[in-house]
Amino acid sequence: MEALLGRSVASWCPGATGVVGAVRLSGGASQETWSFDIVHPDSNIGAILRRAPQGYGAAPSRAAGLNAEAVLMKLAYDAGVPSPRVLHVLQPQDDLGTGFIMERVEGETIPRKILRDQQFAQARPKLARQLGKVLAGIHGLDLRKLPELRRMTAAKEIGELERDYRSFDWPRPVFELALRWLRERDPGPSQEVTLVHGDFRHGNLIIGSEGVRAVLDWELAHLGDPMEDLGWICVNSWRFGEIDKPVGGFGSREELFAGYEAAGRRVDPDRVKFWEVMGTLRWGVMCCAMMQPFRNGPEHSIERAMIGRRSSETEIDLLRLLAPRA
Amino acid sequence: MQDEPTPTELIKAVADFLRNDIAPLITGHNAFKLRVSINALDLVTRQLALEQGSDAAEAARLSQLLGRQGSLDELNRTLADLIAKGELDLQSPGLADHLWKTTMDKLAVDQPNYASYRRELGEQK
Repeated sequence: MEALLGRSVASWCPGATGVVGAVRLSGGASQETWSFDIVHPDSNIGAILRRAPQGYGAAPSRAAGLNAEAVLMKLAYDAGVPSPRVLHVLQPQDDLGTGFIMERVEGETIPRKILRDQQFAQARPKLARQLGKVLAGIHGLDLRKLPELRRMTAAKEIGELERDYRSFDWPRPVFELALRWLRERDPGPSQEVTLVHGDFRHGNLIIGSEGVRAVLDWELAHLGDPMEDLGWICVNSWRFGEIDKPVGGFGSREELFAGYEAAGRRVDPDRVKFWEVMGTLRWGVMCCAMMQPFRNGPEHSIERAMIGRRSSETEIDLLRLLAPRA
Repeated sequence: MQDEPTPTELIKAVADFLRNDIAPLITGHNAFKLRVSINALDLVTRQLALEQGSDAAEAARLSQLLGRQGSLDELNRTLADLIAKGELDLQSPGLADHLWKTTMDKLAVDQPNYASYRRELGEQK
């Protein structure tokens, strides 16, 4: 791997003499993430490779695709959204599959550390407002420059969630209630259609002691209602126990909205609430979906099995949203 | 009739052995998987202790709500179907109460430390 990376790096990074410390970070068979250092006489450059190896070209239907991700990251970076700089988009002669190489941004993505560790104590009170500004930047990106992305509406999202839920063939009255609630209150297509990040939450945000440093993982990016991103980051599953701080367990909706509006964009709180309910159901359906490879093979892992038992967390959160007790 | 020790006692013994004697020896990703495995055993222990009572109460509520008898699976499928069709909703007497009780019983087994559950139990985290 280091030899392949070294050869690629030599072709686009002047002065680079090789690559050291390549380690695989995560991902399944179809998508890999590697961390490595580019050896350079000035100073070494920390880098990340995101790629699909040869033979794994087809992305899942919801995924934007790695080439689209690279374009989105570049656009975000150029627009001043905290984002890793894209260094190189893989070419056939790199012999590394499809994907891209970006600068490695140091910082923390693990929610419990961000929410509890002393080193983030200064950052926490600022984060919700910062993230409002970041989302405003993402939603303000010029639609004409975007790569081809799927166009989503609330009605399509409800349809996909219902189809996935029914495929599990396991009755969940609370999910049925949520599906009805969503259909009855579907506000219709958004007047304004923007780029939507699609997975803007803990794990995809690199946080430093001063605040947010980078937005990662544009895999679920699409075109749609900008309020979806604001609702998703308020889903209780991302509060990690800090349930009175709706934005990621560190801030209030008011702070998130203020940061968003200070950047010149408007918030529709009713739509945000609608997307929070949608997001809560979506995470519940995803928990059920992640369990399926455990039951049907080939991934007979205890982690996947136990994820299935977390869908009830979203059921209590849905009841708290839809049928709060006096 | 099977002999003692009971399944609950056996699973608890295995979980305690893994927790107290093995976990301190394991590092890295396997330590994470071991923690998840111990959590799974603890979950099974809770389900063995609680399931009979909560299933019986759930079936009784469902029979009352739906006006019919059946297995818990059949009754739940019927309830899901009626909600999907809009024939039962949050205004229907007893539905919200039933869903709350059922969900609380699930959390008691699945994730008794989940913050929303603790809040609804009336406890501060």
